[in-house]
Amino acid sequence: MPKKKTKKIKSKGKSKKDKLSTFKETAREKLIGQHIGYRYDVNLLPDYKKITPFLKKYIEAMGWDDLNWLEDVHMGYEEDRPAVFCRNANGWVTIPKSIKLPNNQQDRDMIARELLVKFQMSPKHPLVDLKKAYLKF
Amino acid sequence: MANIKTIEKKSKAQSMGMHTEVLTGRTQQKFFNPDEAENFYYFGTYDVDFNKRTDLDVMNMSAPEANKEIDNLMSQGYGTIVIKNPQGKHSLGVGILNKLNLIFEGSLGYFGMGSCDGPIVRINGRVGWSCAENLMAGKVVIEKNAGSCFGAAIRGGDLICKGSVGARTGIDMKGGTIIIGGDAGAFTGFMMQRGRIIILGDVGINLGDSMYDGTIFVGGEIGSYGSDAVDAELTSSDQDWLRRKLKVAEIGEDFDVSKMKKIVAGKKLWNYDNLEPTEKKGAI
Repeated sequence: MPKKKTKKIKSKGKSKKDKLSTFKETAREKLIGQHIGYRYDVNLLPDYKKITPFLKKYIEAMGWDDLNWLEDVHMGYEEDRPAVFCRNANGWVTIPKSIKLPNNQQDRDMIARELLVKFQMSPKHPLVDLKKAYLKF
Repeated sequence: MANIKTIEKKSKAQSMGMHTEVLTGRTQQKFFNPDEAENFYYFGTYDVDFNKRTDLDVMNMSAPEANKEIDNLMSQGYGTIVIKNPQGKHSLGVGILNKLNLIFEGSLGYFGMGSCDGPIVRINGRVGWSCAENLMAGKVVIEKNAGSCFGAAIRGGDLICKGSVGARTGIDMKGGTIIIGGDAGAFTGFMMQRGRIIILGDVGINLGDSMYDGTIFVGGEIGSYGSDAVDAELTSSDQDWLRRKLKVAEIGEDFDVSKMKKIVAGKKLWNYDNLEPTEKKGAI
């Protein structure tokens, strides 16, 4: 039984290139058994070939030439689940199980960007209530 | 056998190779709604039209009055606003969280275009200290020179100065891109945590001092490196990105990016971990 499960996971395994945490452990990290720093490569530059139709429309609507602030958005994780960091809410927003994620980071990042824009522009965003309660002018 | 048990416990994020370490962090317990409506603007912002243009003469206005008038014009649907006679006033154009095309016919004082999220701004003059501080998104172009702390603590967007800038450019920046067509002063990228700085000219002493992460690209001479700033290899991906970004910035399109230097964090300052309090206690 355990063998079967192992095989399944192995078949889904990614090459080292696809992994987010492909850093060399420093001596300090080995000692404490904990990774120091960000959870993914924050300097990864976007691959514009992977851009989604929604993001194209968003860029056009804003009048920008490229992904602008979204270049810094990547798919990370929180509490063992894929998630995106929302800087406006200052917290991680989790990807629902119903969304199937592709195997490479560039595609995942584009999905993260699209979901984050939709989340931030939604009337259900946590800041909308805060704005109603605390807006001064 | 032990290995199999470990693999069995793997969550979705782990099995996708997203992490190998255990971290605890802040969570909002919020989930994306995949059926969310297609909306490109913040809730409650104004629906403006770039083709609807107006002028605003701020010569006899204080900065708060001018900023309120900009807000008023946006509420009427104006998407392109030309500000006449800014006369170096401080804090002009701050807190715009809207799509907007804003043009300043003159120079700005301190803290111009601070805390903005979204607008495209062109300043046909110079700017004082801390221009576009805390920029979240959008594009700000300065046609001449800028003062110190240019783009302090920006989190996103493109900030472009076609001339030269003062000291501490991009101090504490947490994202976005700063592009300088001329030279930059001392302590450029001081304590930067994320994002990218491009300097086509020379840069002063202590470049990238105490930088935690992010990338700095320099086309000219470097006065000296700051603490924990180290050279890195310029990849083809970097070069493609640089070419594209310089085109967006409308400067240095013919610049030979292959000769640029790339500076990153040496990560020797990455010393924070859960073990530290225990170690400190032991030492005491």
